[in-house]
Amino acid sequence: MARRRGGRRPDRAKKRSERAAASATPKEEAIEVEGTIVEPLPNAMFRVELANGHKVLAHVSGKIRMNFIRILPGDRVLVELSPYDLTHGRITYRYK
Amino acid sequence: MIALKSAREIETMRRSGKITVAVLTELMAAVRPGITTRELDAMAEAGIRSRGGVPTFLGYNGFTGSICASVNEEVVHGIPGSRVLADGDLLSIDIGTTLDGYVSDTAVTVAVGTISQPAQDLLDVTQACLMAGIGAMRPGGRVGDIGAAVQAHAEKHGYGVVRELVGHGVGRAMHEEPQVPNYGKVGTGAELRTGLVLAIEPMITQGHHSTRTLKDGWTVVTADGKLAAHFEHTIAMTDEGPKILTLREVGEHPDARRYRPKEEVRV
Repeated sequence: MARRRGGRRPDRAKKRSERAAASATPKEEAIEVEGTIVEPLPNAMFRVELANGHKVLAHVSGKIRMNFIRILPGDRVLVELSPYDLTHGRITYRYK
Repeated sequence: MIALKSAREIETMRRSGKITVAVLTELMAAVRPGITTRELDAMAEAGIRSRGGVPTFLGYNGFTGSICASVNEEVVHGIPGSRVLADGDLLSIDIGTTLDGYVSDTAVTVAVGTISQPAQDLLDVTQACLMAGIGAMRPGGRVGDIGAAVQAHAEKHGYGVVRELVGHGVGRAMHEEPQVPNYGKVGTGAELRTGLVLAIEPMITQGHHSTRTLKDGWTVVTADGKLAAHFEHTIAMTDEGPKILTLREVGEHPDARRYRPKEEVRV
Protein backbone atom coordinates (compact mmCIF):
# COMPACT_ATOMS: atom_id res chain seq x y z
CA MET A 1 0.00 0.00 0.00
CA ALA A 2 1.50 3.31 -1.00
CA ARG A 3 2.37 5.74 1.71
CA ARG A 4 1.15 9.30 1.66
CA ARG A 5 4.14 11.55 1.30
CA GLY A 6 5.22 13.80 4.09
CA GLY A 7 2.88 12.92 6.95
CA ARG A 8 5.64 12.67 9.52
CA ARG A 9 6.86 16.26 9.44
CA PRO A 10 7.76 17.08 13.04
CA ASP A 11 6.20 20.05 14.82
CA ARG A 12 9.37 22.03 14.90
CA ALA A 13 9.51 22.03 11.13
CA LYS A 14 6.27 24.00 11.02
CA LYS A 15 6.46 27.44 9.60
CA ARG A 16 6.67 30.27 12.09
CA SER A 17 3.29 31.58 10.99
CA GLU A 18 1.63 28.21 11.59
CA ARG A 19 3.17 28.02 15.02
CA ALA A 20 1.95 31.51 15.89
CA ALA A 21 -1.52 30.58 14.79
CA ALA A 22 -1.38 27.42 16.85
CA SER A 23 -0.47 29.26 20.03
CA ALA A 24 -3.13 31.92 19.45
CA THR A 25 -5.85 29.30 19.19
CA PRO A 26 -4.77 26.25 21.15
CA LYS A 27 -5.61 22.96 19.49
CA GLU A 28 -8.85 21.68 20.84
CA GLU A 29 -7.52 18.18 21.33
CA ALA A 30 -4.98 19.04 24.02
CA ILE A 31 -6.19 18.88 27.60
CA GLU A 32 -4.82 21.68 29.74
CA VAL A 33 -4.27 20.96 33.40
CA GLU A 34 -2.50 22.76 36.22
CA GLY A 35 0.18 20.95 38.14
CA THR A 36 3.18 21.22 40.40
CA ILE A 37 6.72 20.21 39.54
CA VAL A 38 7.82 17.23 41.64
CA GLU A 39 11.31 16.56 40.34
CA PRO A 40 13.52 17.64 37.48
CA LEU A 41 14.71 14.92 35.11
CA PRO A 42 17.39 14.95 32.42
CA ASN A 43 16.72 16.45 28.99
CA ALA A 44 14.44 19.20 30.23
CA MET A 45 11.86 16.70 31.40
CA PHE A 46 9.96 16.99 34.65
CA ARG A 47 7.77 14.85 36.82
CA VAL A 48 4.64 16.88 37.38
CA GLU A 49 1.88 16.22 39.89
CA LEU A 50 -1.38 17.34 38.37
CA ALA A 51 -4.25 19.00 40.19
CA ASN A 52 -6.13 15.72 39.99
CA GLY A 53 -3.33 13.86 41.76
CA HIS A 54 -1.91 12.05 38.72
CA LYS A 55 1.82 12.18 38.15
CA VAL A 56 2.92 12.62 34.55
CA LEU A 57 6.16 13.05 32.67
CA ALA A 58 6.26 16.44 31.00
CA HIS A 59 8.73 18.16 28.75
CA VAL A 60 9.15 21.87 28.31
CA SER A 61 7.49 23.44 25.30
CA GLY A 62 9.71 25.10 22.71
CA LYS A 63 8.40 28.54 23.50
CA ILE A 64 9.36 28.29 27.15
CA ARG A 65 12.73 26.88 26.24
CA MET A 66 13.45 29.71 23.83
CA ASN A 67 12.84 32.26 26.55
CA PHE A 68 15.10 30.54 29.10
CA ILE A 69 12.43 30.25 31.73
CA ARG A 70 13.83 28.30 34.63
CA ILE A 71 11.52 25.72 36.05
CA LEU A 72 12.21 24.44 39.55
CA PRO A 73 10.61 21.84 41.79
CA GLY A 74 7.58 23.32 43.48
CA ASP A 75 6.68 25.65 40.61
CA ARG A 76 3.08 25.67 39.51
CA VAL A 77 2.80 25.06 35.78
CA LEU A 78 0.22 24.62 33.06
CA VAL A 79 0.55 21.24 31.33
CA GLU A 80 -0.97 20.19 28.02
CA LEU A 81 -1.86 16.52 27.80
CA SER A 82 -2.60 14.60 24.66
CA PRO A 83 -5.92 12.79 24.91
CA TYR A 84 -4.20 9.75 23.43
CA ASP A 85 -1.47 9.45 26.04
CA LEU A 86 -2.35 10.86 29.40
CA THR A 87 0.98 9.98 30.95
CA HIS A 88 3.03 12.50 28.97
CA GLY A 89 2.55 16.22 28.79
CA ARG A 90 4.04 19.47 27.68
CA ILE A 91 4.66 22.36 30.02
CA THR A 92 3.32 25.45 28.32
CA TYR A 93 3.32 28.01 31.10
CA ARG A 94 4.98 28.64 34.45
CA TYR A 95 2.94 30.66 36.90
CA LYS A 96 4.78 33.45 38.62
CA MET B 1 14.52 6.33 12.52
CA ILE B 2 15.36 3.65 10.00
CA ALA B 3 15.26 0.13 11.42
CA LEU B 4 17.68 -2.26 9.70
CA LYS B 5 16.68 -5.91 9.74
CA SER B 6 18.72 -8.92 10.80
CA ALA B 7 19.08 -11.98 8.57
CA ARG B 8 16.49 -13.75 10.70
CA GLU B 9 14.02 -10.90 10.34
CA ILE B 10 14.50 -10.84 6.58
CA GLU B 11 13.89 -14.59 6.50
CA THR B 12 10.58 -14.06 8.31
CA MET B 13 9.68 -11.36 5.81
CA ARG B 14 10.52 -13.74 2.97
CA ARG B 15 8.12 -16.31 4.41
CA SER B 16 5.54 -13.55 4.77
CA GLY B 17 6.21 -12.62 1.15
CA LYS B 18 5.62 -16.21 0.04
CA ILE B 19 2.10 -16.08 1.42
CA THR B 20 1.43 -12.72 -0.18
CA VAL B 21 2.70 -13.95 -3.53
CA ALA B 22 0.73 -17.22 -3.40
CA VAL B 23 -2.49 -15.33 -2.72
CA LEU B 24 -1.75 -12.63 -5.28
CA THR B 25 -1.11 -15.31 -7.90
CA GLU B 26 -4.55 -16.78 -7.18
CA LEU B 27 -6.14 -13.36 -7.48
CA MET B 28 -4.40 -12.66 -10.79
CA ALA B 29 -5.79 -15.91 -12.16
CA ALA B 30 -9.29 -15.03 -10.93
CA VAL B 31 -9.42 -11.60 -12.56
CA ARG B 32 -11.94 -11.65 -15.42
CA PRO B 33 -14.73 -9.45 -16.75
CA GLY B 34 -17.80 -9.76 -14.50
CA ILE B 35 -16.08 -10.35 -11.17
CA THR B 36 -16.41 -7.69 -8.45
CA THR B 37 -13.51 -6.29 -6.52
CA ARG B 38 -15.26 -7.41 -3.33
CA GLU B 39 -15.11 -11.04 -4.49
CA LEU B 40 -11.38 -10.69 -5.07
CA ASP B 41 -11.01 -9.12 -1.64
CA ALA B 42 -12.84 -12.02 0.01
CA MET B 43 -10.55 -14.49 -1.80
CA ALA B 44 -7.54 -12.53 -0.60
CA GLU B 45 -8.55 -12.50 3.03
CA ALA B 46 -9.43 -16.20 3.02
CA GLY B 47 -6.20 -17.06 1.19
CA ILE B 48 -3.99 -15.11 3.59
CA ARG B 49 -5.67 -16.44 6.71
CA SER B 50 -5.68 -20.05 5.52
CA ARG B 51 -1.90 -19.80 5.15
CA GLY B 52 -1.46 -18.50 8.67
CA GLY B 53 -1.03 -14.82 7.90
CA VAL B 54 -3.01 -11.73 8.73
CA PRO B 55 -4.15 -9.26 6.03
CA THR B 56 -2.07 -6.18 6.77
CA PHE B 57 -4.34 -3.70 5.04
CA LEU B 58 -7.55 -4.75 6.81
CA GLY B 59 -8.24 -2.14 9.44
CA TYR B 60 -5.16 -0.08 8.60
CA ASN B 61 -6.28 3.47 9.45
CA GLY B 62 -9.79 2.10 9.05
CA PHE B 63 -9.31 0.56 5.59
CA THR B 64 -12.05 -1.97 4.99
CA GLY B 65 -10.35 -4.32 2.53
CA SER B 66 -7.56 -6.87 2.57
CA ILE B 67 -6.44 -5.60 -0.84
CA CYS B 68 -6.49 -2.27 -2.60
CA ALA B 69 -8.29 -2.71 -5.93
CA SER B 70 -7.76 0.31 -8.17
CA VAL B 71 -9.35 0.37 -11.60
CA ASN B 72 -8.25 2.41 -14.64
CA GLU B 73 -7.79 6.06 -13.59
CA GLU B 74 -7.63 4.99 -9.94
CA VAL B 75 -3.95 5.07 -9.02
CA VAL B 76 -3.93 3.30 -5.66
CA HIS B 77 -5.96 2.64 -2.49
CA GLY B 78 -9.18 1.70 -4.27
CA ILE B 79 -11.57 0.17 -1.73
CA PRO B 80 -12.91 -3.25 -2.77
CA GLY B 81 -16.63 -3.04 -3.38
CA SER B 82 -19.47 -3.82 -5.72
CA ARG B 83 -17.69 -2.53 -8.82
CA VAL B 84 -17.89 -5.12 -11.59
CA LEU B 85 -14.73 -5.41 -13.68
CA ALA B 86 -15.29 -4.91 -17.38
CA ASP B 87 -13.39 -6.15 -20.41
CA GLY B 88 -10.59 -3.69 -21.13
CA ASP B 89 -10.17 -2.43 -17.55
CA LEU B 90 -6.81 -2.08 -15.87
CA LEU B 91 -6.84 -3.44 -12.33
CA SER B 92 -4.15 -2.74 -9.77
CA ILE B 93 -4.13 -5.25 -6.92
CA ASP B 94 -2.10 -4.22 -3.89
CA ILE B 95 -1.81 -6.77 -1.10
CA GLY B 96 0.06 -7.21 2.15
CA THR B 97 0.49 -9.96 4.72
CA THR B 98 1.65 -9.83 8.31
CA LEU B 99 3.30 -13.06 9.43
CA ASP B 100 4.87 -13.45 12.87
CA GLY B 101 4.87 -9.68 13.17
CA TYR B 102 6.53 -8.91 9.85
CA VAL B 103 4.93 -7.36 6.80
CA SER B 104 5.35 -8.04 3.10
CA ASP B 105 3.74 -5.68 0.62
CA THR B 106 3.42 -6.10 -3.15
CA ALA B 107 1.26 -4.98 -6.04
CA VAL B 108 0.65 -5.68 -9.71
CA THR B 109 -1.50 -4.13 -12.36
CA VAL B 110 -3.23 -6.61 -14.65
CA ALA B 111 -5.42 -6.49 -17.72
CA VAL B 112 -9.08 -7.46 -17.41
CA GLY B 113 -9.86 -9.34 -20.62
CA THR B 114 -8.34 -7.60 -23.61
CA ILE B 115 -6.83 -4.15 -23.22
CA SER B 116 -5.74 -1.53 -25.72
CA GLN B 117 -2.15 -1.29 -26.89
CA PRO B 118 -1.56 2.08 -25.13
CA ALA B 119 -2.79 0.51 -21.87
CA GLN B 120 -0.47 -2.48 -22.37
CA ASP B 121 2.42 -0.11 -23.01
CA LEU B 122 1.69 1.68 -19.74
CA LEU B 123 1.76 -1.65 -17.87
CA ASP B 124 5.02 -2.71 -19.47
CA VAL B 125 6.75 0.58 -18.78
CA THR B 126 5.55 0.71 -15.18
CA GLN B 127 6.82 -2.79 -14.52
CA ALA B 128 10.12 -1.86 -16.16
CA CYS B 129 10.22 1.23 -13.91
CA LEU B 130 10.06 -1.03 -10.88
CA MET B 131 12.92 -3.11 -12.26
CA ALA B 132 14.90 0.05 -12.99
CA GLY B 133 14.39 1.14 -9.39
CA ILE B 134 15.53 -2.22 -8.02
CA GLY B 135 18.45 -2.26 -10.44
CA ALA B 136 19.60 1.08 -9.03
CA MET B 137 19.98 -0.39 -5.52
CA ARG B 138 23.59 -0.84 -4.58
CA PRO B 139 25.19 -1.27 -1.16
CA GLY B 140 26.28 2.22 -0.17
CA GLY B 141 23.95 3.84 -2.71
CA ARG B 142 21.16 6.21 -1.76
CA VAL B 143 17.39 6.16 -1.73
CA GLY B 144 17.45 8.97 -4.29
CA ASP B 145 19.17 6.62 -6.78
CA ILE B 146 15.99 4.53 -6.87
CA GLY B 147 13.68 7.45 -7.51
CA ALA B 148 15.96 8.90 -10.15
CA ALA B 149 16.04 5.59 -12.06
CA VAL B 150 12.26 5.16 -11.91
CA GLN B 151 11.62 8.75 -12.96
CA ALA B 152 14.09 8.62 -15.84
CA HIS B 153 12.52 5.48 -17.27
CA ALA B 154 8.95 6.74 -16.96
CA GLU B 155 9.60 10.19 -18.36
CA LYS B 156 11.58 8.76 -21.25
CA HIS B 157 8.27 7.26 -22.39
CA GLY B 158 6.35 10.48 -21.77
CA TYR B 159 4.53 9.22 -18.67
CA GLY B 160 3.91 11.00 -15.38
CA VAL B 161 5.36 9.97 -12.02
CA VAL B 162 2.95 10.40 -9.10
CA ARG B 163 4.45 12.61 -6.38
CA GLU B 164 1.89 12.53 -3.59
CA LEU B 165 2.48 8.87 -2.82
CA VAL B 166 5.75 7.14 -2.16
CA GLY B 167 7.29 3.79 -1.38
CA HIS B 168 8.42 3.12 2.14
CA GLY B 169 10.47 1.06 4.51
CA VAL B 170 8.78 -2.22 5.52
CA GLY B 171 9.23 -4.39 8.57
CA ARG B 172 7.26 -4.69 11.75
CA ALA B 173 5.00 -1.96 10.41
CA MET B 174 3.78 -1.57 6.86
CA HIS B 175 4.99 2.00 6.64
CA GLU B 176 8.41 2.59 8.14
CA GLU B 177 11.13 5.08 7.41
CA PRO B 178 12.50 6.00 4.95
CA GLN B 179 10.09 7.32 2.37
CA VAL B 180 11.00 6.13 -1.11
CA PRO B 181 9.77 8.60 -3.73
CA ASN B 182 9.60 7.52 -7.36
CA TYR B 183 11.43 10.67 -8.38
CA GLY B 184 14.59 12.27 -7.13
CA LYS B 185 18.27 12.85 -7.60
CA VAL B 186 21.11 10.36 -7.63
CA GLY B 187 23.21 10.47 -4.48
CA THR B 188 20.58 12.02 -2.22
CA GLY B 189 18.59 10.55 0.64
CA ALA B 190 19.25 7.77 3.12
CA GLU B 191 22.07 5.28 2.53
CA LEU B 192 21.09 1.82 1.27
CA ARG B 193 22.68 -0.36 3.92
CA THR B 194 22.57 -4.09 4.33
CA GLY B 195 19.44 -4.97 6.25
CA LEU B 196 17.35 -2.17 4.84
CA VAL B 197 14.01 -3.45 3.53
CA LEU B 198 12.01 -1.23 1.21
CA ALA B 199 8.76 -1.32 -0.69
CA ILE B 200 9.44 0.28 -4.05
CA GLU B 201 6.23 1.12 -5.85
CA PRO B 202 6.20 3.25 -8.97
CA MET B 203 2.80 4.76 -9.72
CA ILE B 204 2.88 5.86 -13.34
CA THR B 205 0.27 7.82 -15.25
CA GLN B 206 -0.54 8.15 -18.92
CA GLY B 207 -1.16 11.87 -18.60
CA HIS B 208 -0.11 14.43 -16.04
CA HIS B 209 1.17 13.16 -12.71
CA SER B 210 -1.20 15.19 -10.51
CA THR B 211 -3.77 13.26 -8.51
CA ARG B 212 -6.69 13.85 -6.21
CA THR B 213 -8.34 11.77 -3.51
CA LEU B 214 -12.01 10.83 -3.75
CA LYS B 215 -14.52 11.64 -1.02
CA ASP B 216 -14.17 8.15 0.42
CA GLY B 217 -10.87 9.41 1.82
CA TRP B 218 -8.84 6.62 0.21
CA THR B 219 -9.13 6.22 -3.53
CA VAL B 220 -6.47 8.23 -5.35
CA VAL B 221 -7.30 9.02 -8.98
CA THR B 222 -5.45 10.86 -11.70
CA ALA B 223 -6.58 14.49 -11.87
CA ASP B 224 -6.99 14.29 -15.64
CA GLY B 225 -8.83 10.95 -15.58
CA LYS B 226 -6.19 9.14 -17.64
CA LEU B 227 -4.99 5.63 -16.88
CA ALA B 228 -2.53 4.81 -14.13
CA ALA B 229 -0.52 1.69 -13.34
CA HIS B 230 1.19 0.52 -10.17
CA PHE B 231 3.71 -2.23 -9.45
CA GLU B 232 5.35 -2.91 -6.11
CA HIS B 233 7.83 -5.27 -4.51
CA THR B 234 9.24 -5.68 -1.03
CA ILE B 235 13.01 -5.72 -1.45
CA ALA B 236 15.78 -6.43 1.06
CA MET B 237 19.21 -4.92 0.66
CA THR B 238 21.79 -7.64 1.31
CA ASP B 239 25.56 -7.99 0.96
CA GLU B 240 24.85 -9.62 -2.41
CA GLY B 241 22.66 -6.77 -3.59
CA PRO B 242 18.90 -6.35 -3.59
CA LYS B 243 16.67 -9.41 -3.12
CA ILE B 244 12.97 -9.37 -3.99
CA LEU B 245 11.03 -10.91 -1.10
CA THR B 246 7.78 -10.93 -3.10
CA LEU B 247 9.00 -12.50 -6.35
CA ARG B 248 6.23 -14.23 -8.32
CA GLU B 249 6.47 -17.19 -10.67
CA VAL B 250 3.93 -15.70 -13.07
CA GLY B 251 3.60 -12.30 -14.65
CA GLU B 252 7.04 -11.28 -13.50
CA HIS B 253 9.49 -9.13 -15.41
CA PRO B 254 12.20 -11.28 -17.07
CA ASP B 255 14.96 -9.45 -15.19
CA ALA B 256 13.35 -10.03 -11.80
CA ARG B 257 14.75 -13.52 -11.27
CA ARG B 258 18.20 -12.02 -10.91
CA TYR B 259 17.05 -10.72 -7.56
CA ARG B 260 15.66 -14.00 -6.27
CA PRO B 261 16.56 -14.51 -2.60
CA LYS B 262 18.30 -17.69 -1.56
CA GLU B 263 16.01 -20.39 -0.30
CA GLU B 264 16.12 -20.83 3.42
CA VAL B 265 18.66 -23.26 4.75
CA ARG B 266 16.82 -26.03 6.51
CA VAL B 267 18.62 -27.32 9.58
